[in-house]
Amino acid sequence: MTCRIKGGGGAGKCGAPPFVRLHLPLWPISRINPPCMAEHDHPQGDDPHRSVYRVAGALTITRAATTQREINALPDPLTIDLSEVERMDTVGAWIVYRTVRDRHADVIGASRDEVSLLKQVSEFDAPARVRPEERPSVLRVLTEIGEWIAEIGVTLLGLLGFFGAVLVGSANVIRRPARRFRVNAVVTRFDVVGVRALGIIGLMSFLIGIVIAQQGAVQLAQFGAEVYTINLIGRITVRELGVLMTAIMVAGRSGSAFAAQIGTMKITEEIDAMRTIGVSPIEALVIPRMMAAILMMPLLAFWAILTALFGGGLFVWLDLTIPPLTYVQRLQEVIPMTDLWIALIKAPVFGFIIALSGCFQGMLVEGNSEEVGSRTTTAVVQSIFLVIVLDAVFAVFFSSIGWK
Amino acid sequence: MTTNPKGCDPVITIKDLKNAFGDQVIHDGVNLTVCRGEILGVVGGSGTGKSVLLRSIIGLQTPESGEIEVLGENMIDRDEDEAKNIRRRWGILFQNGALFSTLTVAENVEVPIREYFPYITPPLLDEIASFKIAMGGLPADAGPKFPSELSGGMVKRAGIARALALDPELLFLDEPTSGLDPISAAAFDQLILSLQKRLGLTVFLITHDLDTLHSICDRIAVLADKKVIGVGTIPELLALDHPWIQEYFNGPRGRAAAASYDREVTA
Repeated sequence: MTCRIKGGGGAGKCGAPPFVRLHLPLWPISRINPPCMAEHDHPQGDDPHRSVYRVAGALTITRAATTQREINALPDPLTIDLSEVERMDTVGAWIVYRTVRDRHADVIGASRDEVSLLKQVSEFDAPARVRPEERPSVLRVLTEIGEWIAEIGVTLLGLLGFFGAVLVGSANVIRRPARRFRVNAVVTRFDVVGVRALGIIGLMSFLIGIVIAQQGAVQLAQFGAEVYTINLIGRITVRELGVLMTAIMVAGRSGSAFAAQIGTMKITEEIDAMRTIGVSPIEALVIPRMMAAILMMPLLAFWAILTALFGGGLFVWLDLTIPPLTYVQRLQEVIPMTDLWIALIKAPVFGFIIALSGCFQGMLVEGNSEEVGSRTTTAVVQSIFLVIVLDAVFAVFFSSIGWK
Repeated sequence: MTTNPKGCDPVITIKDLKNAFGDQVIHDGVNLTVCRGEILGVVGGSGTGKSVLLRSIIGLQTPESGEIEVLGENMIDRDEDEAKNIRRRWGILFQNGALFSTLTVAENVEVPIREYFPYITPPLLDEIASFKIAMGGLPADAGPKFPSELSGGMVKRAGIARALALDPELLFLDEPTSGLDPISAAAFDQLILSLQKRLGLTVFLITHDLDTLHSICDRIAVLADKKVIGVGTIPELLALDHPWIQEYFNGPRGRAAAASYDREVTA
């Protein structure tokens, strides 16, 4: 019996005692011929049709794709000759193993290390599923619609419940203001929601004022009615856009922050800690935010209206050469007081909606940090949507009571 | 106690490493060598910079000064392309698993393979992923699960499976047993030990777990006073007579762990 010893991999090969048959429940490995026992002089002597795949050098993940392709190209029955392999890793071993398993190939020339590696990977051959089960698409669409509708119902119910909890919390605070009212928290929220938003809301409204004036002037010039640009600016900003744009800005700026802050506190179990200490999270977290949004919204909306009127006035002055004094006088004439009332009535309602959905979505966060992101998005979308729906309701309502 | 054991083939060599955040100096003159095929445990009090040491070795934190060599290559100020060749040869288990939350466990394991070997066909890729998952000690049904559906121990096992995806020579483990119950922690220790034996890995292990130190570590490096004050087996470290080391291994918990280890060995 002769034995081929090759290159650097020779040390471990052909060592005594000769390979011991492995006692494995899995049969394929037992087909791996022990080194030094196979008839190396005539490796394919008894079957001239056997194809032989001889791997030389490294049988590792680096060459996995090529090796697999080459093995696939060879016809059955197949013999894999590992005698010239210098390095094998688990992926290389896996490729050999799966060929033995699926195609009943013979393996010759494996060193003891290689046999033990092959044995190891065979132990990990569990029929694991890799992809989640996929159901037929029709069923999936139906399920998703169903889940979606159910979720809307649950969310609305939850929102109602949360609203109730907030009312109870407010009642508690009102009943015992000295102990339950958290001045510091409220003042901090006023600062964050109100004062710090002045810059961005002012800038945004100023630009919107200019845009309305410019677009209005272009259209009205066609009828020679440029002077009515002032009516347009005055009524649309005071009655609608000032409040609406402020609400959208506050929803994006503060509503999202409410959801993210409370959501994070939910994940880090801060809210649970509060409850166990006896502090009501509704009173400590939600009510200050609600108050800030409700009280700051009218102020911010008023500020937005002023800056928008200022921007419009600047355009009217520079482009239509209407002097500022005339602009202010005209504004006084065309804007009815009810327009401002409408704005100031809508603003706190919008603030309430924004804070409610922000805090509610924050409280719904459970599990992982990914949910904070998705809940925050939901909070913003939900609050802007509700604000616009309510704005439409208000528009119809105020028109019908004669505030035109 | 910074001499290396005989026949040490250094895999990681750290010389005079200095790390600082602003004025706060974390490491000042850290020297450490990790030899091929050993499990080196790194211990130290909270805030002694164990994780910072790991982060500077793997290149996530640029040190102020010093030299770091991993697998014979300098790690400091490398460009991204060169660094990739080394990243392929190590696997890292982060403290909280750091699994990609939008991918399933199997897809997580496939990420490094896809990144470096895009030509491997999907069926083979899936098979590789599934045997790596089994190798990490996860049940067969864990493959299609998302990280959020896994328990803490399973997240760590999935993290190990991903770290093993490319058959690394070197495995970094950041507190692998923290947050696990003692039974899972012991099972995890055995998993690491068996993987290390099977695959001939070199393991760099940060831990607080005295049982882990007793049962699987070949050598232990102690971080204190901004440097490595000693490297060696537990008896060798105890011979150093450093107050922190004495406190650590001879405190009530240290003694309990040692006693249970002795029982296990003699039994």
